[in-house]
Amino acid sequence: MSDSAGYSNLMQFVLSGLAFGSIYAMVAIGFNIIYNATGIINLAQGEFVMLGGMFLVWGQDELGLPVWAAVAVSVLIVAAIGVAFERIAIRPLRNPSVLVLIIITIAGSFLFRGAVLLVWGDRLFSCDSFLSGDSIWILGAIITRQRILIFGTLLVVGGILAVFFGYTILGKAMRATAFNRTAARLVGINTRTMVMFAFGLSAAIGALAGAVVVPVTGIAWEHGVLLGLKGFAAAVLGGLGNNAAAVVAGLLLGVIESVAAGTISTDYKDAIALSALLIVLFIRPAGLFGRAELTRLGQL
Amino acid sequence: MGLKNLTGLVLLSLAVIVLPYALPDFYFKLIQIGIYALICIGLSLLLGYAGQISLGHAAFYALGAYTSAILTVRYGWSPWLAVWVGIGLTIILALAIGIPSLRLQGHYLAMATLAFGEIAFVVATAWVALTGGPSGFGHIPKWNVFGYRLVPPRADQAIFYFVWAAVILGLLVALNLINSRVGRALRAIHDGEQAADVLGIPTATYKIKIFVLSAAYASVAGSIYAHVSGYVNPGPFSVEHSILFITMVIVGGMRTVWGGVAGACLMGLLPELLADLEHWRFAIYGLILLIIMMFIPQGILLGVRDLIAWSLEKLPFRKADSPGETE
Amino acid sequence: MLKIDRGISQGIIVFALLLLASGIFFACEQKPQQMEETTTQQATPAPEMQEPMAPAEEPQAQAPQDEPIKIGAIFAITGRAAWLGEPEARTAEMIIEKVNGQGGINGRVIELIVKDTQGAEDRAVNAVRDLFREDVVAIIGPSRSGTSMAVADMCEEQQMPLISCAALAQITEGRKWVFKTPQKDSDVVIRIYEYMRDHGMTRVALITGTTGFGAGGREKLKEMAPEYGLEVVADETYGPGDTDMTPHLTRIRGTNPQAIVNWSIIPGQSIVMKNMKELGMSDIQIFQSHGFGNYGYLKAAGDAAEGVLFPAGRALVVDDLPADHPQKEVLSKLKQDYETRYDEPLSTFAGHAYDALWLVLDAIENVGADRAAIRDYIENRKGFVGTGGVFNFSPEDHTGLDKDSLEMLTVRNGKFAIPGGE
Repeated sequence: MSDSAGYSNLMQFVLSGLAFGSIYAMVAIGFNIIYNATGIINLAQGEFVMLGGMFLVWGQDELGLPVWAAVAVSVLIVAAIGVAFERIAIRPLRNPSVLVLIIITIAGSFLFRGAVLLVWGDRLFSCDSFLSGDSIWILGAIITRQRILIFGTLLVVGGILAVFFGYTILGKAMRATAFNRTAARLVGINTRTMVMFAFGLSAAIGALAGAVVVPVTGIAWEHGVLLGLKGFAAAVLGGLGNNAAAVVAGLLLGVIESVAAGTISTDYKDAIALSALLIVLFIRPAGLFGRAELTRLGQL
Repeated sequence: MGLKNLTGLVLLSLAVIVLPYALPDFYFKLIQIGIYALICIGLSLLLGYAGQISLGHAAFYALGAYTSAILTVRYGWSPWLAVWVGIGLTIILALAIGIPSLRLQGHYLAMATLAFGEIAFVVATAWVALTGGPSGFGHIPKWNVFGYRLVPPRADQAIFYFVWAAVILGLLVALNLINSRVGRALRAIHDGEQAADVLGIPTATYKIKIFVLSAAYASVAGSIYAHVSGYVNPGPFSVEHSILFITMVIVGGMRTVWGGVAGACLMGLLPELLADLEHWRFAIYGLILLIIMMFIPQGILLGVRDLIAWSLEKLPFRKADSPGETE
Repeated sequence: MLKIDRGISQGIIVFALLLLASGIFFACEQKPQQMEETTTQQATPAPEMQEPMAPAEEPQAQAPQDEPIKIGAIFAITGRAAWLGEPEARTAEMIIEKVNGQGGINGRVIELIVKDTQGAEDRAVNAVRDLFREDVVAIIGPSRSGTSMAVADMCEEQQMPLISCAALAQITEGRKWVFKTPQKDSDVVIRIYEYMRDHGMTRVALITGTTGFGAGGREKLKEMAPEYGLEVVADETYGPGDTDMTPHLTRIRGTNPQAIVNWSIIPGQSIVMKNMKELGMSDIQIFQSHGFGNYGYLKAAGDAAEGVLFPAGRALVVDDLPADHPQKEVLSKLKQDYETRYDEPLSTFAGHAYDALWLVLDAIENVGADRAAIRDYIENRKGFVGTGGVFNFSPEDHTGLDKDSLEMLTVRNGKFAIPGGE
């Protein structure tokens, strides 16, 4: 293989990795938002992604909506599901332990998967690319417009969240809740509402990620599991609770995976990416950008 | 370990002995569940007593199973020897992964063990020359107990006794440990790691020892599985199974090792009970899990006990008490 | 201190839970009392019984004529592999309904006992144990290679005819009581490689799924390439959870192959074709395995599947078959029945179950409801016209199909078709 071919292949791996890394990053942000509000890892996060994809296809096929409207409908419905899940399964508990909450989210993941299976069956659904037009050549690599759109979605989501958490009352209130719940309550923030809002927001971001990925991979009832785990890995790699770190970590994870698959071995690509994660954790126990003293210790 | 736990063990033994006669069309479903129960006993030591989570125990389960399979099939070893090699390899691996991992806390530890579990699964799938890859590894010799070969389905009853004898032995070891010096130290770690440190308890060493022990439980379970089923492939060793094991421990009640057994029975039987529901199965399974965790977060074992105690009105309603309050 | 002893209460509770759970389960199972007794004896052999390989004593009390003949079926109806198991179970149920509607076999009603393996090895093993207790005369299924391997030894031990619907060659190898209906991997490979040889291709890249099906194909593809003057230039794999195969394909592209073989049974195989299109690899011919024979995969791949070549049974192209084709009648009947009843296109998987069940029914009709007789009959069955081809079994060959059972198919205008001009 000539050098230039090797270079363009490497570009190809990086670009493929960035598209999927964007998905991981959005899932990781979803994890972070709920983690900040409640201290738990929501293992149903991947299911929000899957539901997002499912409702997109449903909006297009059943309601006949144009693609952008279908995305909006899907995001709204899934956000409502997230809120409902919090209201029904999380809020009624008094002083639950973190482990119990995590198992409840696992139960939620089964419920969501089960419901999708009942309504839509186990078919793999797909839809057309949101943007028509040919693939684009970038630096010797070829990439579809949909993948660029996925990357763009991440940038937009990241930007909106930065503004939201930095400059709006609601965003600041959520940050305050994450920082110190008791103090937040003392200054008049309804922390329970914040938790509910966190579930809604996190579900919405997951749904958006799920919607934009459908034209590339299709979507089926069990697709959420793996995306959820990868997103969890990205959130931990960056350092739990830190959204900017999640973006970097998600993209990094996607690129490592893709480059490992392309240059070392497709058989072992997941093992390579996760080994990288383990090495990072062994050196920096709170993730790339996390500070050890800030992790919520001993809550298990 | 106290008369009370001993009585519990005797009752469990009686239940095990009677079951194949009482329910001949049912008891064999508890063979696989007994194997899960063994893993869960180890996990509940780790989770309930040392306060450490592991989402990678299916890897040790796999290591036991594959070590057994490879040594007996390729090299003609006896299963009885292979188990020990499996335990030995598991101890080495558990030390290698445990020493750096157990420095991590909470969700970071969960992720590290989960990553380790997935790596093990990938290796089992991809290293075809060693593990047989996705097609798996067949014709594994069966257990031979005093000249009787435990061949399913003919020897199902003997297999059932064999597996549950291992569970009871596992309980015995765990209960002994809990009520020893080690157990008290562990409780101290669980209640407050820094405080335990200050008291001069070598917390790091204890945590790693328990991690290794719980891995050894999983490894033995893996060896038992391999020689009972006669076939191993990567399917039963996925990360989802690791998560299932943790779920079993928490649903059963992680504040006692008995909870691991109860959780394995309940969560293991649910899919069997729900089998006829076809596509409803997933949703109902999730719903049951949700309800259990919402209403009896201390786990079914303590939940049921609390209920009994409460209904007998011998005691006012009690919250879940600290583990090992047996003395 | 607790007033209720902790140990005792815990022991009681574990015991109670065991009994409760068993009780619930037991209550769910309704079955005649006598059956339990016979199976109990079977399940708990006296220690004197000669080990090893003493044939299990069959409770061969000839059932009276009015009792139904029981056939077991284990499919992955739910869970990961439901796309295989569901059409299989549907087909089997449909056939039994029809047979019973016409008075059964030899005047006796057939009872099909369907169990869901949920695609998991431990469930499959327990399902088979259930079926042994039901005293079925044969078992069809399971759907997946892994579950089939997990139950094969038990059926061998119990002397229970098992007709698997999974593809892995090892399932039947060295086993007396186990058969399977999908075409042999090696025959599929022969068809693909013959095509390549005839079209002057010499460089082939492999991309396979990491399930038993994919692994079996991968092995045969690598093993047989030299015989056809082919060089395997790339050998990549992907798992059931993988969603992006562009790195795999970029690697493959770098090795400059003339053809790619994508051998897999998992839905991810559709993504390979989509990714190839994305990467502009249309100059490389893609071949799929017989695991592609499902309209769901085709739909998921969309127009990226156009022009793909794959050998498969003729269930997918019934309408294109000439009227005098030996399978025409069987296939068009099944297609019509299945599609009107379930409102979904017929897949080759449904056909595997059809073949398995009819092999058993045909054996029962000819030699009666006796396990050993059924086994012997199937082993020597020649010229059985099924959906997968014309089966000719022998003691050495428990698959019964040769490479002529396969037809090289393509996708044209979103439909499976026989390539034009052939």
